[in-house]
Order: sequence, then structure tokens, then C-alpha cells
Amino acid sequence: MTLVEERESNPAAGDAARPIGFGRLQRKEDPRFVRGKGHYLDDIVLPGMLHGAILRSPVAHARIRSIDTTEALAHPKVLAVITGKDLEGLGLAWAPTLSADVQAVLATDKVRFQGQEVAFVVAEDRYAARDALELIDVDYDLLPVVIDARKALDPDAAVVRDEIEGRTDNHIFDWEAGDAAATEAVFANAEVVVSEEVVYPRVHPAPMETCGAVADYDAVDGKLTLYETTQAPHAHRTLFAIVAGIPEHKIRVISPDIGGGFGNKVGIYPGYILAVVGSIVTGRPVKWVEDRSENLMSTSFARDYIMRGEVAATKDGRILAVRTTVLADHGAFNATAQPTKYPAGFFHMFTGSYDLQAAHCKVTGVYTNKAPGGVAYACSFRVTEAVYLVERMVDILADKLEMDPIQLRIKNLIRPEQFPYANKTGWEYDSGDYEPTMRLAMEIAGYDELRREQAEKRARGELMGIGVAFFTETVGAGPRKHMDIVGLGMNDGAEVRVHPTGKAVVRLSVQSQGQGHETTFAQIVAEEIGIPPEDIEVIHGDTDNTPFGLGTYGSRSTPVSGGAVALASRKVRDKARLIAAAMLETRPEDLEWEKGRWFVKGDPEQGKTMAEIAFATHGTLTLPEGVDGNLDAEVTYDPPNLTFPYGAYICVVDIDPGTGHVKVRRFIAVDDCGTRINPMIIEGQVHGGLTDGVGMALMEIISFDDQGNCLGGSFMDYLIPTAMEVPDWETGFTVTPSPHHPIGAKGIGESATVGSPPAVVNAVVDALQPFGVTHMDMPCTPARVWAAMQGRATPPI
Amino acid sequence: MQITMTVNGKEMTREAEPRVLLVHHIREGLGLTGTHWGCDTSNCGTCVVLMDGQPVKACTVLAAMAAGHDIRTVEGLANGATLDPVQQGFMEEHGLQCGFCTPGMMLTARALLDKNPDPDETEIREAISGQICRCTGYATIVRSIRWAAEHPATEEVSV
Amino acid sequence: MQISAPFDYARAESVDDAIALLERHGPEARVLAGGHSLLPMMKLRLARPEWLIDINDLAELDFITEAPDMVRIGAMTRHTTLLESPVMARLFPIVADAERVIADPVVRNRGTIGGSLCQADPAEDLSTVCDVLRAKAVIRGAAGKRVIEISELRRGPYETSVAQNELLTEIRLPVRARSGSAYEKVERRVGDWAVAAAGASVVLAADGRIEDVAIGLTAVGLEGTAHRAEDSLRGQVPSEELFTAAGRLAAEDCNPVEDQRGPVDYKRHLADELTRRVLRRACALAAQRG
Repeated sequence: MTLVEERESNPAAGDAARPIGFGRLQRKEDPRFVRGKGHYLDDIVLPGMLHGAILRSPVAHARIRSIDTTEALAHPKVLAVITGKDLEGLGLAWAPTLSADVQAVLATDKVRFQGQEVAFVVAEDRYAARDALELIDVDYDLLPVVIDARKALDPDAAVVRDEIEGRTDNHIFDWEAGDAAATEAVFANAEVVVSEEVVYPRVHPAPMETCGAVADYDAVDGKLTLYETTQAPHAHRTLFAIVAGIPEHKIRVISPDIGGGFGNKVGIYPGYILAVVGSIVTGRPVKWVEDRSENLMSTSFARDYIMRGEVAATKDGRILAVRTTVLADHGAFNATAQPTKYPAGFFHMFTGSYDLQAAHCKVTGVYTNKAPGGVAYACSFRVTEAVYLVERMVDILADKLEMDPIQLRIKNLIRPEQFPYANKTGWEYDSGDYEPTMRLAMEIAGYDELRREQAEKRARGELMGIGVAFFTETVGAGPRKHMDIVGLGMNDGAEVRVHPTGKAVVRLSVQSQGQGHETTFAQIVAEEIGIPPEDIEVIHGDTDNTPFGLGTYGSRSTPVSGGAVALASRKVRDKARLIAAAMLETRPEDLEWEKGRWFVKGDPEQGKTMAEIAFATHGTLTLPEGVDGNLDAEVTYDPPNLTFPYGAYICVVDIDPGTGHVKVRRFIAVDDCGTRINPMIIEGQVHGGLTDGVGMALMEIISFDDQGNCLGGSFMDYLIPTAMEVPDWETGFTVTPSPHHPIGAKGIGESATVGSPPAVVNAVVDALQPFGVTHMDMPCTPARVWAAMQGRATPPI
Repeated sequence: MQITMTVNGKEMTREAEPRVLLVHHIREGLGLTGTHWGCDTSNCGTCVVLMDGQPVKACTVLAAMAAGHDIRTVEGLANGATLDPVQQGFMEEHGLQCGFCTPGMMLTARALLDKNPDPDETEIREAISGQICRCTGYATIVRSIRWAAEHPATEEVSV
Repeated sequence: MQISAPFDYARAESVDDAIALLERHGPEARVLAGGHSLLPMMKLRLARPEWLIDINDLAELDFITEAPDMVRIGAMTRHTTLLESPVMARLFPIVADAERVIADPVVRNRGTIGGSLCQADPAEDLSTVCDVLRAKAVIRGAAGKRVIEISELRRGPYETSVAQNELLTEIRLPVRARSGSAYEKVERRVGDWAVAAAGASVVLAADGRIEDVAIGLTAVGLEGTAHRAEDSLRGQVPSEELFTAAGRLAAEDCNPVEDQRGPVDYKRHLADELTRRVLRRACALAAQRG
């Protein structure tokens, strides 16, 4: 199945740059973006629109004695100042989270993290709104803070959520997967056991566009039009109906062009709700857009997992079992976004790409005085943490066994004949042929030559490292019998309509944040019904005009909505067959399909194109019995399983021994995401994720001082790679289609973000081998690398 | 105060408070929303426009400071229906995904090519190093700018 | 997006006009040069001037003039101009070394040498550069102009001896034969402030001995230059052993504080390591210019 060439494209009018269906195709959305004609949230201006601003807590934990809004209300341009008390009156002070908890919309009793929402000002313009924040006087009574998750369960720790009746500690949940006893049995008899604490620090998705909303409530017909930076417009509509008590048919959520999401724009933030309240209170549209510090300090962070990993193996390098205990810092409210049944997301993918005898994990979630969130930043519901843990641990084992890390991996990879593969924590991997992917990465890298170069450099005292990671993802959540978010099954809808002149429109429940949906989904329709992609309009991001579905995150667009679009297109094609048969006065079973056309078997001259069929469908043709006069179809796709894309990554770094500065010299990424729809877009998704990985491995972190002050609250301190920190990516691919997906596609949005951090860290640790370093935690900043060289590698949190 | 500046070749006068940032003036005063913003600390470069031909971060320039100067935004890159080679290059080489940083990146690219028509990869990377892209990983942006260098406009683009 | 508190704005048409405006509007008036330090602080409302006096139109302060014994740099010379100046590259390679790592190319199009020196951020690179080049600063006020040693300019973090109603107008760099200079910075990422940086300027005697040397450190709490390290080098023939000893002395004499960029011992180590590196390069360049 692997190493097949890119699928031959079927060019339109003989033009290779215009494939009908799959192939490299320039993006349909680009012409507006390159002209500055994208339409983002902050570009929206409605008549009479007001501006909101949020007053936030300057401290991490304090009781609110009083809030005085008199002076702010006296500001000539201020129309309203809303506090938690006002919201209590409306029953809106607390909103349900996506994890069966509640989150304060505006603080009533106390503030629980620095940056928490305390009051909302609505003013004539954004400058006045900002000015008025300074006129609100809040009296805080400081409380002891819980910052270090390791101390959150101490008996004397302050209780973050003491408003919950009967709660006396900060424990949220314990969750287990795998078989503890079977795993212990393997460990007890293992020849070799390695163990390490591996920390995945708190990071942030930080899309270039911050979050925001424009709420427009029409008091006369009771309809709320809510423009939001959301990756999941339909889920938001339903949740707003539940939270705000507005009937769902009176809510229209519009998600305009989104300036990057990466999971940051999944949740419903207090600011969105406040914009709605502001609009209801003032009777005018209200815009709220957060600034960068608000984004970094209060919206969904990612990771924050302290993991103790253990691997049991034989002396000759057969990995037998993996187990881990995790302390998960969820911040002040449990607001992680993941399928209900899985409080640690898909962390139980920590068995990785290896054929194990046993595995077990236990995850404990705790409250701290930090911002809520935890599932974001292209994480595939915490497969990032899982893959980082296992790929770091396998390297630690390789070091212990003095084995080459690639040889150790190849020895343990799941073999092609084992698929579908049931792992030891409950997953069924759909398809894979791992070893050729690993070998292709080695070949592109020139792995043996790199190892020779490294040996020479080591002899000269130079620090060069080669890091490897082999990852398997699980994406495309998911089957409704297993997966829901607040009770909503994780399915997605698509509707295809072919117009009389043979042009088509496809409506999606998922929402692009830059992934190129307008192109990819047009290509899927084109592949199925033979209408060129440029003749297909893709509509998304408007709940009044698209079918219901849960949205774009967890790499689900292609696996779930892609399935819906393919199946809806096939329905159209099947219906077209019936109509073509009527046109040709023959039986449907006597017709054969070639891209874009039904023709009579054995008589290719006798046929009808999709355009001809479409016109006849809407025309005067007498339609066959039971066939109505349209070429439309709608499908809600319930995937039978998740998809399991994978890849092999190799990173080469050079470290300045005098300063500890790490330079990523090369990065080789070979991905297998099954069927490839648009190779250009796939490569772009991979590049972006690799950059995330370099960022997290080397510089990104949201840390706190011991008072709970956020130390990563601006782009001066939350560092994201520039063009100078990343190399020219070297990519390759293999193709192993998913056997259960309608087009065999597996999803690619998060693979590189998941797979690249361990490759970079493994390279750094490999470079530091002469110093006896076997592990260091991210981010590998110059100071932390230097400390590791001194034998003082410390966790960042 | 009255602020007059030339924007994309047109003289424009608007009233604005002295504290109004150039980025807000362009977006809200003049209604040219192609220029975006992404941070508060002059780090991200999303708001880059050309001031007298040089890239500047419009979040760290007051509208008042730009009075009397020549500003070029993404809306002034194309010549009518004819795209600037930089715009064409970004489409050819997938130099954008969400499109949010793209206007700033393209304007910096235009200024770079005006100064150095044949930049190498290192020069391009340096030129865009004050601007963050969260989507592309930069390699395709570098390729886009190289594409523009290799396909210069046949005629001088006048605005 | 963050927004500054309200203020009034005036654009100066000449240096005299700028000084008159500063006089007129009093203690709450501040000079606006490139604005890349001041405006972000105003947006965070950490600075709240009532008046901004914009001096960006003062072309008379945007110059680099070479004379046999001195190069004069106008205070409104932008970082980009300094980075690209052939005069600087020839006479003071340390300037391009430093400018290449100050902020990023777009910020460098606006930021100015005068603004950087007057901001007096402890992590600011050009202060170290001017220190080791033994620069002089020209300051104009209503009463006329005064010329001070650069060491008298900075009074402490974010504080200089330029009075509220005065304007820094010019930096003067003495030109010396057989001299070489270099700057090296460690940063967490391109565009970040220094974790630590070091600059050195060396003048060699005809016999190759070190006649004069200045060593400066950025962001590690060294006021002025590293005198003990400099003393250890003066009159000596450059050698690795000498640089090692000087690096150690410089590291001992600085006073870094722990922050997100690193712990004290790491910064002290960098002071040592970077001092050795810049001395090595500065001596080699001085010997070349011989």
C-alpha cells in the first residue's frame, strides 16, 4: 500500500493545474486573501454597533469585597457596566463548560486566576471602553494560591472551587485506561525498565487573530445573530440556546474568516456571552475583541501534563509494556473540550506505534489558580502529550540499551499484517505500514551519513544531535456511540446541490480557520461527480445556511465532513444515473460512470454529462417514478471508527556549547495521511505543525510565578518561532488509505504538531549525550540547555 | 485633530484623536480592513504597512505621526485587476493559509524586492523575521517571494 | 487591542522648536522619536505623558558624518541606517554586530539611536556599544548645547541625565587607528531582548600590545564597563589565556538577576563566554586594520 505515487489527476480541459478532483490545485480562497478582502471578525461593522471591554483580575486568587462602577457609568460614552451581580440576576453568572463543570462568566464570589473576567463595559467606541475600565474600583481580599499542580492535593492547599458544595480539595477526576494488573505483571518480570518524569508544559495556541464576537440581538423578533471566532458554529448555537435560554431557531451563529484557530476557538469564552448580554441590555450590536494579553492569559491553554513514564523491555530491545501516571493541571475551571467519556482526551494513545503486551495509564486532574482550558493547540485531544511521552521514553530506553533509536523503533513497530490493530488501551488502529515510512525518512535524511558526521563532530567537541520520532495519531472523532460533546454526537453534515446549469454548491458544518476547506471540499465533490472545483461553491460558517455538525478541531474535517461530502456526492451521482437513464430511455443498470458523465455500457457516445442531467432534472423531463426534481443530497456522517494517520520524523540540531543555543539545521518529515486530496495543502499543514513543534520544543511556555502571575502574557514573553528559527522543511509521504473511510483519507491537520516536539527534544538530548544527559524537559531554551549540560536539567514547572 | 495622509496614492483626510494608532486609523477611519493586528507589543508584525516605501508596524505608529506621509496597504498592491507578482507568488506557492498575517508579509516582500530584486533564502528569512505566521512554517512564504523575484511585473505597477 | 490614555500631540519643526515645545508643555511632555519603546509602554498604560513632542520630521538629526577623528551620528538616525552604513561597517564593526540583533528589521526601520539611548533599558544594546566606543553625547537645551561622556548619560534603568526640556541630538564616536570592535548577544529567539550580551573595543599599539580596551555587558547588571577585566588586558599581547582571565573578571564584576531568560549563574557564564568571544574578534579586527 505504501510508497505509491501521487494519484494521477484528471485535468480539466487538458490543464494539469486544474485537476477535476484530487491533485495540486491553487486555493479557491486565496484571491480574496491576497487582496486584503478576507472578512474577519474585527472587520465587521454593524449600524449602531457598540464596543465592549472586559475588566480582568490582576491577581490569581482573591475574594471580591466590592465592585464600584459609579465612575465608569458616569463616563459620557459608556452605556452599560455589567458585573457578576447583574448576571446573577439573569442566571448567567456561571456557564456550563464542555467538561460538565461550570465557569464564571463574571466573577461573583472570588477571582480564581489572573486575568479572570470581573466586569464588562459597553461604550460608544473601543477607546472609551478601555478608558472606562480604569474607572471601575474593585476591592480584593487576597487568598493563598495554588500554582504548582504537584501541591494542589496537599491537605493544606487552598481550595480553588470552594463555591461547590461539599468540596474540600482540588481533585477533579481520576481516569484509567489499560490493564493495571497485566501491566504490573509484565513489569515485574522485565529484564529492563526505564522510568522518567516527562513534563509537557503549559503552552498556548495563540492564533494570529485573537478571539472575539459581535452580538446583534433583535428584541422585536427575539433573534440573536452572533458573529464569533469559532471553529464550531453549530455546537455554539446549541450551547447558547442552553446557556442563554434563547430558543435555538432564534440563534444564528456566523463564523467569518478565521485568522487561525488551532483549538483556541473551540470553547465559548465569557467574552462571547458578555457581548450577547451587552446587546440585550443596550438594544444595539456589541463587538468584543480581546487583546493579545487577554488571549494568552485567559483563553484555552494547552497541555500542562506532568507525566511519569515507564517502559518495560527485554535486553535485546523488545518493548513489552508502557505505563504512566499523569498529573493534569486543568486550571480554575474544568473547561477542557473533549468527548465526554474521555476526561484525559485520547491520551491513552500513549502506546504509540508499537506492538505491546500490556499498557496502563492513570490520569489525575486537579484545579489550580490558573486559566482554564487544556485541550487545544492542534493536540488531537491530547495525542500530543501521549506521543511526546512514548517517543521520549523510547529514546531513553535506546540510550539505556545503547541501541540506535531508529533500530529500536523498527524492531517494535506494529507490523502491516497486524492491522486492524487492537492496542492495549482500547483503540483499533485502522491501517498502517510503518516501516517503509521510517525507512523513507532515513533515506531523505541520509541517516547513516548524519551519524558519521555526528561522530566526527563529537570528537572535535562540537554538539550535533539527531532526533527521531515515529508517531501514530487518532483523529476524526468520532463514532456517536462512543463520542459526544455535551451530549451532541460527534458527527458532521454536508449538503450538495447541483444547479440547473451544472454548477454546484456544497454546504458544510465544519469551519475553516485556514485549512483551505473551500478548495479541499470542492475537490472531493469534483472527484465524485466530475464537476470542476471552480464550479463548486463551498459554504460554511453560517448556522442558518449549513447542516448541523460539530465543527473543525481534532483533525476532524476531512475524516468526518470529508466522509459526509463524499457520500452526499455519491447520492447525487446515483440519482443522476436514474435521471440519465430516463433521458437516454434506458435502464439505470445499463449505464456506466466516468468522471462527470453517465453513458450506455458499450456505447460511450450515448451519454449525458452532469450539466445535461442537471438541466433535465430541473427541466421538463418526465422524471422516473419516485425521483423528485432536484440533484441535491444531504448526509450526516457517523464515522465507524477514528482514523490513524502516522509519520516518521528526523530532526538535526546543532548546539553552541558555549551558550546552549539550539539551532534546528534540518527537519525531515514523512507523513502518511491516507488518500491525499490536495498535496499542496497537505504539505502546508505539515509545515505549520512542524513549526509549532519547534516552538514548543525550544521556546513556547506559559509559566507563572509563585503568586500566580502569568509570565507568558504577551508576545514579548510568549515566544513563537520566526522564519529564522526554522529550516526549510524536507517532506515526504507514503499512502496507506483508511479502509473504513469513504475516500480513504485520514486527516493531516495536527500530525506534525503531535509528532515534531519529541523529534526536536530527542535531537537536543542526543546532542547533549557527551554530558551524560538522558532527558530534559521543554522548552530547550539556551539557559535550560546550559543547565542540563551542568547536570542540572530541571522541569519547567 | 485633522490627519491627512496619502494612502495607496490617494490623499485622505480624517479627524482622529492624537492617540489613535495608525492601524486603527487605516482600518476604522479609512475602512481599509486588509491591514490586521495581532499583538500589543510590536512583536507579531501582522499590522505591517509601507510608510514612504518602508515596512513599519502600524500598531506602533500614531496616525498623527503618519500625517503627510505616503502609506501603502495591501489594498494598494494590485494594479486594478493585475496582481502584484508578490500576490501571485503567494497563491502559486501556498504562502498563506488563514490569510491573517499575509498582507503584512506581502508588503514586506514588496519592499524587499524593491530594494533587492533577487534575494536569496537567507535574505528573505531575515526580511520577514519581524513577522509571525502561525500557519505556514515560513518555507512556502520564502518560496512565494522567490516566485515573485523570478516573475517580476512586466510594467512598473503604478498606484 | 491595547490603547494608551489620551494625550496631546505636537510635531516639532526644528530642534529649537522641539525644545520650545518641551519647555511650554512642562514635565508631562515627552519626546517621541521612533516610538517603539514609548508607545508600547503607553498602550500598557505604564507611561502616561500628557503631551508627545514628535521629532520624526527633524531631518537635521538624521545623519552620519565622518571626520578624521570622529564620526557624528544624529540622534534620529534609524537602526536600519546604522546597520547598512558603510562608514560604520568600516570603522565600528560592533555597530552592525549589534544592530543586526536589535529587535527585528521592521522595528529597525523606525527605532532610532537617540531613542534607544534615552529609553536606557538595561537590556538595550546600543548603550553597551556606545560605552565601549567611548562615545560622547550632545544634548541641546534652551540654554545651548552641552557635550557629555556617554558614561554620564545613563543614570540608571530608564533614567538619563537628559533633562525633561532637553533633547539628545547627536552621538560622537572617536575614530582610533588600529582599533577593532565586536558585539555578541544570546537571545531566546530572534527579536528578543538579550539574555546577555557583550561588546568590546580594542586599540592595539604599534607593537601589537593592547593599548586601550573597553568591555561592556548588556542585561547582566554591569554599570559602565568591566574595569578589572580591562585593566588585566592593557599593555598585554592578546592571547587566549588573557581573554579567559578577562572573561572571568568580567563575569565576577557583573550582577545579573534571575528572570525568564535565565538564572544568575547562566548569565554570569554568558558574561564570561561572550567577553572572550568579543575580545577575540575585536583583537583580530584591530590587527587586520593595523
